[in-house]
Amino acid sequence: MPTLNLLQAVNDALRLEMRRDNRVVVMGEDVGKFGGVFRATAGLYEEFGPERVIDTPLAEGGIIGTAIGMALYGLKPVPEIQFSDFIYPAFDQIVSELAKMRYRSAGQYTAPVVIRTPFGGGIKGGLYHSQSPEALFIHQAGLRVVAPSNPYDAKGLLLAALRQNDPVIFFEPKRVYRAAKGEVPEGDYEVPLGEASVMREGDQLTVIAYGAMVHEASQAVEEAASQGIGCELIDLRTLWPLDIDTLVASVQKTGRAVIVHEAPRTCGLGGEIAALLQERCFVNLEAPIRRVTGWDTPFPYTLDEEYLPLAPRILQGIEDTARYVA
Amino acid sequence: MAPANRALQLASSSRKKSSNKKTTVARQSGAMSAHPLLHTQGLLECYRAMLRIRTLDERMMTLQRQGRIGFYGACTGQEAACIGSAYALRANDWVFPALREGGAMLLRGFALVPYIAQVFGNSGDITKGRQMPSHQAAASVHQVSWSSVIGTQLSQAVGAAWAAKLKKDDTVVMAYLGDGATSSNDFHVAMNFAGVFKAPVVFVCQNNHWSISVPTDHQTASESIAIKAVAYGLPGVKVDGNDVSAVYAAVAAAVERARRGQGATLVELETYRMGAHSSSDDPSRYRDPAEVEAWKKKDPVERLRSRLFALNAWNSAQDKALQAELLEEVNTAIKEAESLPPPSIATLFEDVYQGEPWHLKEQRAELLESIKRHGR
Repeated sequence: MPTLNLLQAVNDALRLEMRRDNRVVVMGEDVGKFGGVFRATAGLYEEFGPERVIDTPLAEGGIIGTAIGMALYGLKPVPEIQFSDFIYPAFDQIVSELAKMRYRSAGQYTAPVVIRTPFGGGIKGGLYHSQSPEALFIHQAGLRVVAPSNPYDAKGLLLAALRQNDPVIFFEPKRVYRAAKGEVPEGDYEVPLGEASVMREGDQLTVIAYGAMVHEASQAVEEAASQGIGCELIDLRTLWPLDIDTLVASVQKTGRAVIVHEAPRTCGLGGEIAALLQERCFVNLEAPIRRVTGWDTPFPYTLDEEYLPLAPRILQGIEDTARYVA
Repeated sequence: MAPANRALQLASSSRKKSSNKKTTVARQSGAMSAHPLLHTQGLLECYRAMLRIRTLDERMMTLQRQGRIGFYGACTGQEAACIGSAYALRANDWVFPALREGGAMLLRGFALVPYIAQVFGNSGDITKGRQMPSHQAAASVHQVSWSSVIGTQLSQAVGAAWAAKLKKDDTVVMAYLGDGATSSNDFHVAMNFAGVFKAPVVFVCQNNHWSISVPTDHQTASESIAIKAVAYGLPGVKVDGNDVSAVYAAVAAAVERARRGQGATLVELETYRMGAHSSSDDPSRYRDPAEVEAWKKKDPVERLRSRLFALNAWNSAQDKALQAELLEEVNTAIKEAESLPPPSIATLFEDVYQGEPWHLKEQRAELLESIKRHGR
């Protein structure tokens, strides 16, 4: 089985599906001849030509608006928003149009657009190449939101996303685009949307993370184990609709939970998960649910490591939560 | 040279090679009696469709005043623009409408009862009462669902047209907009993408001179809307939108140009919103009654009727009979549509996703339990 990095896995999925299904088109800024600023679409232009690998004018609203129209007409567009920080000009199209198309037409029209976009910090990108806006999209009824952490899941989730009929915002963790390597099967397989992955079992505390922070959480969990704290680590993979059963089963077992994300804390996904867990696991909880997140500030250029919820801060959250006595 | 003519000149010069009677007609808006495209039969069909939506709109505005419906956006004064443009389409062509193009889907065969049921938002509405009145959509006649957001449909139309081109279909996509929408960012991106993609799309701007209370000269400093097309490398055409023949000729030329693979056109139809923006609006607060009176003399329905009379293709006895027939049809349809029950409560949670995720199942159960315990 070949070892790929996360970018190569995304590229592999796109190529595979474009060969299998001629309705799939890739579009965005610099995705064609150049193969994307991160090279996620490298080689696709050469293989599938300019009609299916489309270099668009520089307007995110236009990219998503035209992608919606293509999907309405029966194509499977995969627009790339170069950085998720630049998705806001398309926010109106995503929120007002894409998310609501099925509902407002009572299923007559659907727009299964899969929007790929790199998210998160850690590449020295400052305010506008680092953001994690996933909660804004989770808040919109009608969207599926996905964020893989590793190459195997990236390929399998992207293939699954391309084969279902709802719009998907597919957040790719650019901090680990090249650093995350792993064995990826050649050919076809899917990782179903809506299923979390239990990466490590433990019975004292549940750590919930996604995207690049899974790798930080994994380090923190290792450290915690050396202190004798046995953590269960869950990679959400699909952020919405999320795998509530796996989360509830874990917290019913451990009674303690730490939720990790790069996005700012207030109104972040961590708050929603904490609410869901207290509704379902109230009698099992032995400590307040802890959120270890990005701060409620814009994303800083120089102090980016201090902004991010890296392993040391996650470990602190684990320690405090594990030792909490009511 | 008048601004309108200059835009036409620009438009026609880009079509020099295919110069024929069609473009001549488009350039001579207002002097159409002998044009080759819309023969008497076509004029009669358009007249019937125009009178039908005039009749429907009048009845619906009355219903709104009686409190039987919540909202309505009438097409009154713009029937030639709506019908004349839609008449240029084939059955397989697509329409991305704005507020005043419901008449297009009626012209293209959508039934009146479900159309009116949408206004009531009841179980007869094929969109399950989800949207405000005058937001109809029907895949059966390729009238795409639209939001109340101004301009967003335009880039979608470009995408659909691009998809049709990619699939090698001969579908043309028509995207409607008002004069206010030309100020939106989506108008700019759609025109720009359409130019770059050479997409088979026709933008039809119903310039009715008012965006709720704001006149067109507060939307743009351009000498016309049509001339904006030039900057995007597209032809722009401006015609008398209250002359159904002029509308048809200009739009049909643009549609055929798109179908031949020559790309997009912006057609500006100069017309007038004779009534309010919607049932929630009071134009007497911002509009000079003299302006309204002046435009009433150009009423597109009356103009076409006079013309048909002059052609000896129609007479007042026939006209009275048709008016009675259409009123009867509309009243019967209203009666049937109004009698239908509301959508079932469970439909509230349908069609958010394909299938029903766990959280919507939970929320549906919570609502049904609340209704069981405490009523609606």
